[in-house]
Amino acid sequence: MGKFNKNAKKGTPEINTGSMSDIIFMLLFFFMVITTMRESTLFVRINPPAATEVQKLEKKSLVSFIYIGPPMDAQKFGTEPRIQLNDQISAVRDIAQFIETERQARDEVDRPLMTTSIKADKSVKMGILTDVKQELRKVNALKINYSTAKGVERH
Amino acid sequence: MAKKSPTINGGSMSDISFLLLTFFLLTSSIDTDLGIARKLPPPLPPDAPKPEIHDRNVFKVAVNFRDELQVQGKLADVADLRAMAKEFLANPGNDPKKSDKKVKDIELLGSIPVSEGVVSLRNDRGTSYEMYVKVQNELTAAFHELRNELSQEKFGMKFDDLKRENQIAAIQKAVPLTISEAEPTSAGVTQ
Repeated sequence: MGKFNKNAKKGTPEINTGSMSDIIFMLLFFFMVITTMRESTLFVRINPPAATEVQKLEKKSLVSFIYIGPPMDAQKFGTEPRIQLNDQISAVRDIAQFIETERQARDEVDRPLMTTSIKADKSVKMGILTDVKQELRKVNALKINYSTAKGVERH
Repeated sequence: MAKKSPTINGGSMSDISFLLLTFFLLTSSIDTDLGIARKLPPPLPPDAPKPEIHDRNVFKVAVNFRDELQVQGKLADVADLRAMAKEFLANPGNDPKKSDKKVKDIELLGSIPVSEGVVSLRNDRGTSYEMYVKVQNELTAAFHELRNELSQEKFGMKFDDLKRENQIAAIQKAVPLTISEAEPTSAGVTQ
């Protein structure tokens, strides 16, 4: 009788928190693995249009992005849609150089698989997009992807 | 007698890792990149011969700078575009005004009629990107639905669910994605 709590102290026992950090670290690694850091800061506003027939972009490392949209800093760049390559606002004629640099950065085996993702704002007119597409054709970057948001099927 | 080493207090470690965790949560965005995939035509030499396509095989879609849609010469709504494109390409009634079919031998499918139809998309430099994506989306959906229907009939499952490479290739051959984009007009743009 009373054998079990002979040596027990009064009060709640301390909880071992040593393993908590392990759990948090596991969470941390999970988030580090699944997320992608955005490589470039956006200077243009992009609100993509919605579509239903979307495909996932495969092989993130082989994708180069072209951003087109109205600049965030209207005082500096005006309000007309501009093109952003890497970290700066660029002109259409810079695209060839940009694609060439992107190509050089990849393995030769992977170069035919490279995709150019065009991230454009809803309000952008097709004129600027056509110029971009023509420029891509010239440098033989033929695989493109119109970046869209996942839309809802209407029936 | 060995001195007992003092235990390190590990309580603050979890605080540090919590800080790291919140940092990653805030700075990263789980953006899954989705989009409509397209392949641009390779640059043509200026003396390249024009491909000859019979007029009845061309499904003409045009969008002007006011984002108005014209299908086969008539004003239309984007909501109807999918059905119209499907009807034109599949041509179940063998209407002489709609696309022609040519019987082709395709591995796994045997001899089946393949539509000769080509969608010709023309837009204006002033067309908004939103409208362009909507039209592209509807056209892609039309082809996708045709592929699904054929796949269901031949293999008993949807095109997206097909696993074997040769089955996918066979369906892609039987319903080719033929969207041709013309040079845009520039009616509504002041330059």
